Amino acid sequence: MTRFHSPFVRACWYLSLAILAVPFVFPFLWMLSGAVKPQAEIFSSSLSLMPKTWRWENYAEVFSYQPFARQYFNSLYIATVVTAGTLFLSSLAGYALARIRFAGSGLLLLVLISALMMPEEVTIIPNFFLMKWFGLMNTHAPLILLPMFGSQGVMATFLMRQYFMALPPELEDAARMDGLSRFGIFWKVALPLSRPALAAVGIITFLFSWNLFLEPLVFLSDIELFTLPLALSNFTDAYGLPLWHLQMAATSLAVIPILIVYIAAQRQIVESFALSGVKG
Amino acid sequence: MTQTAPRTKLTLRAREAIAGWLFVSPITIGFLIFFVGPLIAVVGYSLTEWNLLTRQSTFVGMDNYVDALSQNPDFWHVLKNSLVFAAGLVPLNMALALTLAIALSRPFRGVVIFRTIFFAPVVTAAVAWAIVWSFLLQGESGAVNQMLAVVGIDGPNWLRHPDWAMFAVIVTRVFKTVGLNMILYIAALQSIPRDYEEAARLEGASGWQVFRLITWPLLAPTTLVIMVITVVGSLKVFDHIYLMTGGGPENGTLVLAFYIYEQAFEFFNVGYAAALAVILFVLIVALTITQVILKQRSQPQ
Repeated sequence: MTRFHSPFVRACWYLSLAILAVPFVFPFLWMLSGAVKPQAEIFSSSLSLMPKTWRWENYAEVFSYQPFARQYFNSLYIATVVTAGTLFLSSLAGYALARIRFAGSGLLLLVLISALMMPEEVTIIPNFFLMKWFGLMNTHAPLILLPMFGSQGVMATFLMRQYFMALPPELEDAARMDGLSRFGIFWKVALPLSRPALAAVGIITFLFSWNLFLEPLVFLSDIELFTLPLALSNFTDAYGLPLWHLQMAATSLAVIPILIVYIAAQRQIVESFALSGVKG
Repeated sequence: MTQTAPRTKLTLRAREAIAGWLFVSPITIGFLIFFVGPLIAVVGYSLTEWNLLTRQSTFVGMDNYVDALSQNPDFWHVLKNSLVFAAGLVPLNMALALTLAIALSRPFRGVVIFRTIFFAPVVTAAVAWAIVWSFLLQGESGAVNQMLAVVGIDGPNWLRHPDWAMFAVIVTRVFKTVGLNMILYIAALQSIPRDYEEAARLEGASGWQVFRLITWPLLAPTTLVIMVITVVGSLKVFDHIYLMTGGGPENGTLVLAFYIYEQAFEFFNVGYAAALAVILFVLIVALTITQVILKQRSQPQ
């Protein structure tokens, strides 16, 4: 524990940290407060976090203004599919790149690594025509395929490879003696041992998909198919001006569950991101 | 026995090779279709004049690049905006990340709470963050200007004012992303053995000297990684711009990634937009190579 020289130093220390924390905490509080204020109160010059009139109807209106429950479900199921798919494909490929000696693996690894940093903006135009050609416009398929096989999937593969590299190969010897196939060894021995890496990759991938914005914007036009980020930007009046009270209510519905999970599993989530940053 | 032994060895190796390729094939095939293919295609597109509205595509060679680099005044303006954005965001982000990391790398009562707070925007959707900050930064009734009014400052309409929009987007983006860099710096700081500092302290070094002569050089590899992640991240910024300013006012926040989107999907200039995407690609590759060179150079020390 750091010891403070005097109560005054300690007070200064906490005060300066608290001031620094304001732009990180206040937006969340102001969002929650705006979510239950009537529109008129939002435009009045009041800095009070407590609404004068509580308007819980804002939350109900979010669901009647657009198919918000449906959009919420879309985001959930897409993120789940992307996460499950990415975990399977990236651990499979990561395992082979770490453990199996085969011609071309070095070159493949190099090609994959070079894609780690590439933003989706570079390939989005051809992917638009590709999806059109496949007849997948205005479906969720691009939102599932592009993260799985783009730089996010590559990052996952690379992280899994790094983890398998660090696993002692002797752990697999017994299984090999028993005559297990490569897939058997991977599935029954290596994969169960890689739970920490799977958790980290799973967390990053889920949040990546959950927060995706450019792809839904480009590929979806049907409001029923929208995902949360796209839906959030859509609470506007007839003149295209934001309906702040609905926007804040909808945004808090999207943000709060993630924040609760984050606070509950704070250490695990932070470490997952640290891992991706260090390796990436 | 002597005859079959080499053969079984060979088949084992062949079996391994087949297994290896089977394991990597799903991601490799997908990667070729949805990444490598499009990367090649975008170069091809960039050599055509292709307008989605007229549905005509003609080969024009390097015209789109010539157009971007010498004809179209927008391009240099956009590139300048992207560089201003990066030049504003990267130092601010890294300085704040390092400051927070130094403050929060050693245990004290409440340290976990502060780390949790500074990292929270990282797990929050960029869209949500941008929307809430747009709400905070409104001209008249925005919370930021009301707070400023308390101390007698008449705040501008941040996101609609040509002098302030870029600044506001940069700062809110720093708040969104600084937590990740902070965590990376904390991890690096915690891996530095405490003996180094204690030894230097015994020699009579001041806190600043310890930082400048010991901590900072030992952080160099981390600083490099963070710098590349942050620079690339700042070049691809899209959602913040799209939601907070829409590239305005007076194109003052029109950055490269947003310009690509606008040209391709709002104005349907596919060829020109593809050329811009190739330019973004080259920029990022150049930056990544620079990183590798810098890293190799810094290693022998």
